[in-house]
Amino acid sequence: MSDRRKFILNMARGIGITALGGFVWSAYVEEAIASPLLLRPPGAIKEVDFLKTCIKCGLCVEACPYDTLLLAKPGDNKPLGTPYFIPREIPCYMCPDIPCVPVCPTGALDESSVTTNGELDINVAQMGVAVVDDSSCIAFWGIQCDACYRACPLLGEAISIVYEKNERTGKHAFMKPIVHTDICTGCGLCEKACVTEKAAIFVLPREVALGRAGDYYIKGWDKEDDKRVKNAHAIKTKTRLSKENALDSLNDSGDLY
Amino acid sequence: MSLSRREFLKSSAAASAAAAVGMTVPAELEAAANSAEGGWRWDKAACRFCGTGCGIMMATKNGKIVAVKGDPAAPVNRGLNCIKGYFNAKIMYGADRLTKPLLRMDSHGNFDKHGKFAEISWKRAFDEMEKNIRKALKHAGPESVAVFASGQYTIMEGYAAQKMMKAGFRSNAIDPNARHCMASAVVGFYQTFGVDEPAGCYDDIELTDTVISWGSNMAEMHPILWSRVTDRKLSDPEHVKVISIQTYTHRTSDLADTEILFSPNTDTALWNYVAREIVMRDDAEKIIDWDFVKQNLIFAAGPVNLGYGMRRANEKSLNPRRPDGSAGKYSAKEMQTINKEMSKVVSAKEGPALEPFGYKEGDTMKNTGGTLGHWEISFEEYKRSLEPYTLDYTAKIVKGDPDESLESFKAKLQQLADLYIEKGRKVVSFWTMGMNQHTRGTWDNTLAYNVHFLVNKQARPGAGAYSLTGQPSACGTAREVGTFTHRLPADMMVKNPTHRKMAEKKWMIPETTLNGVGKQHIMAIHRGIEDGLIKFAWVNVANAYQDSASASHWIKAAREMDNFIVTSDGYPGISAKVSDLILPSAMIYEKWGAYGNAERRTQHWRQQVLPVGDAMSDTWQWVELSKRFTVDDLWGAYAPSGPRKKPLSDVRKAAYAMGYSGDTTMYEILFANKIAQSYKLDQKDPIQEGYDNSEGYGDARNVVGSDGKVFNGYGFFIQKYLWEEYAAFTRGHGHDLAPFDVYQKVRGLKWPVVDGKETAWRFNVKYDPYAAKAVAKSGSTSEYAYYGTLAKALQHGTLTGKDKSSKKKPLTNKAKIFARPYMDPPEMPDAEYDTWLATGRVLEHWHSGTMTMRVPELFRAVPEALCYMSPADAKAKGLRQGGRAWVESRRGRVKVRVETRGRNRPPRGLVFVPWFDEKVFINKVCLDATCPMSKQTDYKKCAVKIYKA
Repeated sequence: MSDRRKFILNMARGIGITALGGFVWSAYVEEAIASPLLLRPPGAIKEVDFLKTCIKCGLCVEACPYDTLLLAKPGDNKPLGTPYFIPREIPCYMCPDIPCVPVCPTGALDESSVTTNGELDINVAQMGVAVVDDSSCIAFWGIQCDACYRACPLLGEAISIVYEKNERTGKHAFMKPIVHTDICTGCGLCEKACVTEKAAIFVLPREVALGRAGDYYIKGWDKEDDKRVKNAHAIKTKTRLSKENALDSLNDSGDLY
Repeated sequence: MSLSRREFLKSSAAASAAAAVGMTVPAELEAAANSAEGGWRWDKAACRFCGTGCGIMMATKNGKIVAVKGDPAAPVNRGLNCIKGYFNAKIMYGADRLTKPLLRMDSHGNFDKHGKFAEISWKRAFDEMEKNIRKALKHAGPESVAVFASGQYTIMEGYAAQKMMKAGFRSNAIDPNARHCMASAVVGFYQTFGVDEPAGCYDDIELTDTVISWGSNMAEMHPILWSRVTDRKLSDPEHVKVISIQTYTHRTSDLADTEILFSPNTDTALWNYVAREIVMRDDAEKIIDWDFVKQNLIFAAGPVNLGYGMRRANEKSLNPRRPDGSAGKYSAKEMQTINKEMSKVVSAKEGPALEPFGYKEGDTMKNTGGTLGHWEISFEEYKRSLEPYTLDYTAKIVKGDPDESLESFKAKLQQLADLYIEKGRKVVSFWTMGMNQHTRGTWDNTLAYNVHFLVNKQARPGAGAYSLTGQPSACGTAREVGTFTHRLPADMMVKNPTHRKMAEKKWMIPETTLNGVGKQHIMAIHRGIEDGLIKFAWVNVANAYQDSASASHWIKAAREMDNFIVTSDGYPGISAKVSDLILPSAMIYEKWGAYGNAERRTQHWRQQVLPVGDAMSDTWQWVELSKRFTVDDLWGAYAPSGPRKKPLSDVRKAAYAMGYSGDTTMYEILFANKIAQSYKLDQKDPIQEGYDNSEGYGDARNVVGSDGKVFNGYGFFIQKYLWEEYAAFTRGHGHDLAPFDVYQKVRGLKWPVVDGKETAWRFNVKYDPYAAKAVAKSGSTSEYAYYGTLAKALQHGTLTGKDKSSKKKPLTNKAKIFARPYMDPPEMPDAEYDTWLATGRVLEHWHSGTMTMRVPELFRAVPEALCYMSPADAKAKGLRQGGRAWVESRRGRVKVRVETRGRNRPPRGLVFVPWFDEKVFINKVCLDATCPMSKQTDYKKCAVKIYKA
């Protein structure tokens, strides 16, 4: 770690610890809710809980061999002292031994969430998810790029290439990158590699980027999807048309006659 | 209403005044015109990078290139580009662009080999070059003056360089980096067809049913062609098959129906297996079109004990031999490999393949050094050479992934043979470096044609064996112009006295001026410097000190021996760093130029902008150098030197008789003669109008030139002159190029251009007027004529030798099928160096990265070279994903980050490290073994050990 980096780290950490002393801290938590776009280290628990659990000790930052992780400093407009990363600058290189997670003293980085069959498994991390802006992604123009695909540590799984005929030229093919959100860890190597001026593929927190289909419909053609049924629960619906009960509705004839 | 640019130029008082006194200053006018309309200018050009040859349009504003777009009218790419092409607008404007000549000097301003670089004038630069060239000529004659040339020269630059070298200095020590990239393809063409360059064109992709990629990562190295392959596959996914034959899994395999991973060097066995299937199954299945074979082909063989193109025992730097095994400048470890150049023991792996050729396992093979010699054999003999390649033997030696089952591998081999054999199925085999960078690269190329010939799937629309080139003008400049040591323009050879005479006549130089010994290829130049033969070397449009294997030797020779190394470049790469003098070169769009791509398509562009700083084009640098040497300086007699065993004659008297005097300069003879001066600069010519011509006019920068005065131009259209003189060589010989002006209007033309029409498929009577003519002349009814003339009369023999008493038989219009066995490379993994190392490229970076590593987006995308290896190997060696490791061979080691994931996925036992990154100098590790016939280095195979750093 460079001296400069150590200095910055210590400074950020110092502020975190000082801040811990007083109730000032909660003000920053408020601020955090206003900026939901932070990418956290692998294994980070839900943002709301993370902010309550992280003690801003900086151990994860120190453990990162690539200097990926940063501690929020004053003026960053981010919850002070908490770890985050900016993939366009330094992405997460997805170390198989995930050195940043086991060092977390509080469980803000949850080892079990990056563990498969008792072994650390960075491939199941969910730091965020990559999103493609297909208007600025030059692969969607027909340029032979796929720099993001080639940079992806889970090449072919987290990002795959969809081949499509280019009817304009009549003899070339598009090679469009498609992100598979169930596999993508949000490491950001794609965002780093993207050759457009502002990255056309970028990582957002999963909460921000992803929609959610209700558990009351299961894909009949996908066995995997069956597991969502366990989240399904009793349903009661209400719209502007429906009232509290049928009687109310029936006895209110309005201007019907 | 604003004036159009042209109207503005026409109405401009300044323009007409300048034109009236003949001192047009287009840059200033252009700038004025631009500011008048507040806009930019679009003009066509070719992409700077690979051999695909995409057309682009460049937007120029206020004298700078500001944007680029794919040219929708260009037939190769129809407006698309890959990501290197996407950044063409950025490549010339790196912060560390070289802008002034730089010389290593002491504190008194004298040249000092150990001094620091400091700025000097162009005059001083040429003074130093002149002095050191004279010194070299005195030391060992023309063979002491060398040029590392390029497949990235514009055609005009390459032509100027080779003319000054061969006609002026009488030196054939000029050889392009293209030697490293497709020399094996060239010799393969010569051996098979008697003439260089592909029969087919890119339209084959749309017309074929099967694309088989042999040792080529087209997806990354020829992305636009790969996108065409992809489109073809999409158009009929069931019927169209794509097979990827590689030593490790990469992007090209992603699209493939089948991937065949072979053990390095065994692709020769694989080709022979396919040929064997064709020949052995012919009786039952009637595969071979015998009428075609009898009419058009003969069978041939040559010696197999050729060595591996390494240094030989008698060479200076290998002496003295010491008891500890070391020799001269080579360590005992290095000698373990180099000794195989002289003799080797036939291995169990290659034994069966060599048996028909008279060697068996355990025999000691005495190597004689490369020869191109070959002789005709019978079909029965050829058939005998194929017998060893049974499915069992082939699968056993070829299977490259130790974790793949033999059964699955065998099934793939059978499928491969069946695809070639299937009646009516069109097949294109593409290859690039994998087959060319190979100690039997020439053989490998000829083996490809064998298979295509046997099934009559060659030189037909949609069917053929197709060698792709890596560099943008490997075909156009290196091959067609002939910037190789052994070549003259348009497929002529320095060795051939008739060809020399033709060139001498065209160049208006005395007979016997040209040196008939062309043996100083790239590695011979490096070795010649190390041996002390070569005292002056000039790197042009290349990075000879980063791109050559066994790099430490050549860098040491350049830095520590008494010699003078010059590098002309746009950016400070490794070659510049090891040089004594650095010259700032104009880059591609800062000069008029032309490139020729891998489908014989020639594309021209105009000078778009003025060069940066005091940079000047390589053409200018050569022409200015030519001013420094006279008839008396260069054309006297020379004693035998280096590879030349006979003296060079004194041609001065003959020169005087031609009207030259002793002090007539080479400039006057070679570049500013009467014919040259007839090519007028003319701002009324719609082609020149509004465009700069820094060589012609000088330019608004007022660069102080080689004589200490502002350079005001040659006063004639030198690029057009160089083009037309060169093109005259090509016409009437099957290489016909169109006039200069035509290319300014079209999006390239595929030569031969006959009666204004380009040629899509050579040697095919239906498409190639030369083939039609050849057939008419010979009275044959064949649909093909392989009308090349090199080695077209052969003696007879068997697989083991030539019948010395046999008479030479002419082979007019015929091609050859060669019997050539699998052989081991000279260095293979063993107990200590247990892993294969292959090097290569990545899509994001061009060659040594001097340009693309300066484009921030490309640098960010791939900032460093990685060592791609299998996770199992990494684990076994205690290496961590992303951690650092040493990759060490008998020659040196580099530290590199380990990558076990991603785009390149080698099987166990092989690692891949790209060579673009000067900080991961992998060529210090690589072995400079070459194909002994083509002299092309095998960068794909050497043995390394890998351990934690």
